[in-house]
Amino acid sequence: MSESSPSVLSRLLLALSAFWRILIDPRFAGRVAKLSAGAPDGPLAPSRLEPQRLKEAEPNAALQVLGLLQQEGRFIDFLEEDVGAYSDAEVGAAARVVHEGCKKSLRQHFAIEAVRAESEGTRVTLAEGFDASAIRVTGQVVGRPPFTGSLTHKGWRVTEVRLPQVAAAHDLAILAPAEVEL
Amino acid sequence: MREARFAVGIDLGTTHCALSYVDLGSSEGDEIAQDLMKIPQLTAPGSVEALSLLPSFLYLPHPDEFPPGDLILPWSGPEGRILGEMARSVGARTPIRLVSSAKSWLCHPGVDRRGAILPPGAPDEEVARLSPYEASVRYLEHLRNAWNHTHPEDELAGQEVTVTVPASFDPAARELTAEAAQAVGFERLVLLEEPQAALYSWIHGSRGEWRNQVRVGDMILVIDVGGGTTDLSLIAVTEREGALELTRVAVGEHILLGGDNMDLALAHLVKGKLTAEGKSLDHWQVQALTHGCRHAKEALLADPDQDAVPVVVPSRGTRLIGGSIRTELTREEVTRTLVEGFFPHVPASARPAARSRAALTQLGLPFAQDPAVTRHLAAFLGMQTGAAEDLPGFAQGGGGSFLHPTAVLFNGGVFKAGLLAERVSQVLNDWLASEQAPPARRLEGADLDLSVARGAAYYGYVRRGAGVRIRGGTARSYYVGVESAMPAVPGLEPPIQALCLAPFGMEEGTEADIPPQEFGLVVGEPVRFRFFGSSTRRDDQVGILLEDWSPEELDELEGIQATLPAESRSPGEVVPVRLRASVTEVGTLLLEAMPCSGPEHWKVELNVRSPSGE
Repeated sequence: MSESSPSVLSRLLLALSAFWRILIDPRFAGRVAKLSAGAPDGPLAPSRLEPQRLKEAEPNAALQVLGLLQQEGRFIDFLEEDVGAYSDAEVGAAARVVHEGCKKSLRQHFAIEAVRAESEGTRVTLAEGFDASAIRVTGQVVGRPPFTGSLTHKGWRVTEVRLPQVAAAHDLAILAPAEVEL
Repeated sequence: MREARFAVGIDLGTTHCALSYVDLGSSEGDEIAQDLMKIPQLTAPGSVEALSLLPSFLYLPHPDEFPPGDLILPWSGPEGRILGEMARSVGARTPIRLVSSAKSWLCHPGVDRRGAILPPGAPDEEVARLSPYEASVRYLEHLRNAWNHTHPEDELAGQEVTVTVPASFDPAARELTAEAAQAVGFERLVLLEEPQAALYSWIHGSRGEWRNQVRVGDMILVIDVGGGTTDLSLIAVTEREGALELTRVAVGEHILLGGDNMDLALAHLVKGKLTAEGKSLDHWQVQALTHGCRHAKEALLADPDQDAVPVVVPSRGTRLIGGSIRTELTREEVTRTLVEGFFPHVPASARPAARSRAALTQLGLPFAQDPAVTRHLAAFLGMQTGAAEDLPGFAQGGGGSFLHPTAVLFNGGVFKAGLLAERVSQVLNDWLASEQAPPARRLEGADLDLSVARGAAYYGYVRRGAGVRIRGGTARSYYVGVESAMPAVPGLEPPIQALCLAPFGMEEGTEADIPPQEFGLVVGEPVRFRFFGSSTRRDDQVGILLEDWSPEELDELEGIQATLPAESRSPGEVVPVRLRASVTEVGTLLLEAMPCSGPEHWKVELNVRSPSGE
């Protein structure tokens, strides 16, 4: 509190020093001008002024996961095949291979839990300051929290990643090697 | 030697290895700090993952098969072999380079267990084959390296290590296992029988409650059906100075019959159906089918409402939808093949179909000829009626046609299908009911895959005096063959007598008396003896000579061999010796030849290449 509302004496000293500084420092003068116009002050909250940087996703882990899904669950084979040419029963049979293998791989390498423990369809209330990256509100998004609505998807959250270690020399771009039977 | 910080239990299984450990400093009484080591291993080229189990598979790659950089482990550069999960998966495609079931070969008396014979089908010039003994060394070495990597301060060599072996292992296989463990540097080593380890794990898991779940006079039957073997043991609950005590009174024969046989049986059934439809499968697809059948079987045995579960054999090429073969496994098939095939309702008087002992059989593993676990169980219990005769508190013994267990502990991955454990209980209880005995209770709460490693680590802890121990000593008495002095009859083998060297139930670290009989050994020349063991002759004392015996009483084991070095004697000289048996602290049988004059003694080799293997 004392920082945001200084005493009369310190306000007087501040006014004098600011007076001189506004005269001799044009950048300081510019910031004071903005402040008095009602804009948030730059140096006090620098992150809000600088634009958020985007970063490149690291491809190695992605390649590794694709490789694991292919290895255990034939994931790439399945997606690369034209499903239009087959009946639902045929696609379903292959889907079992993919489902069983990918599920095993997923369980082995990630710990996944629901973001919300409630069952889907129940009414939930979101308090003020809810985590917007973990919970997405949809539909009539108006007014102020607390929001009350129906849980349409309980969400998934990874709580642990247990990816295999990779040999430094290993080429991760090979998701599945070509096989030649001799 | 530094004080050990951990008691480590190693399950060196036919299909999987596991390692569990107890932190001795942080454990007291029933409060035990125990953990399972995750074992880093190659799971694919260039990919290392720590898993709870190390599949007991070893792959010998071609030098051009994988880039060397793809075969490194956290503790070593590329080596000429691959162990664990990746060995199993690449071996399914190239079986000629895959060593599997090395442990079953280690107990195969018909082969040279130190000879480079694995993989059996490998082309000689191409693949540098391994001996069953060396394969065991490699698995233990991998576990040691993995441990030392995570515990650099407390190397495994200096810890209290317990390695488990099947109760039915012969003395030579036990010795080879101990030797393999010593070869990788374990200094404080003991061997423990797997069914005992399973019971230790149950005791540990009960957190002291076990004392209320069993009582004096109980006879616990441990049925351990693993991936490759079926191992049976009987453990009696007795009392000493007011405290409960456990005594292992009998172990079963070595039966090469396990979960893998069952999955394979289902796969062959389904393969037959596909062949009838004109679809043929290659080796890899049969493996995939076996895998699919295992899942389908578990689903069917877990849910009694399901009548059939689809099984899909994926294509090898990229055309997954177009190339895969879809079939199904029905409840009727599982019941017929698995439940009735391996666990049939049989009377207590049933016995397994006799194994044919053809002189010239193809060199392969001596799998059990009769797949019915229940028949092997009936034979075991029928043979062991006298197992509890000498124990105080056991009234029964006479009367029944088989030994009556009062409690059962199941172990091994096969019993994850609860229905199979149920079936065995049912069959056993029917036998008991037919002799007016109460049903056997089930001891619950064992972890079927990991209890052997856990129990072994716990045993390392209780050996230091912290809890109940299972007593028992050797589960057999041992005999050496002596040719009797009879006039030779042409065309007839001279009759042989069996001289008892080691009585039943010798404890670790004890010596048997020296029998008075003398043998003449030729200096510098190996002399072979026939060697026998009995799991039922409990009262034979050292020095007793058996003139004749029934085939069930004595099993002929691999021959033993003594060689007296020509140090202070002239070659060709005949030296009279006597044979002494002892059981080492590690738990292996030691036979020594002692010249009647002089203090020297020489080791008699239990494990020698049998003539048929040459």
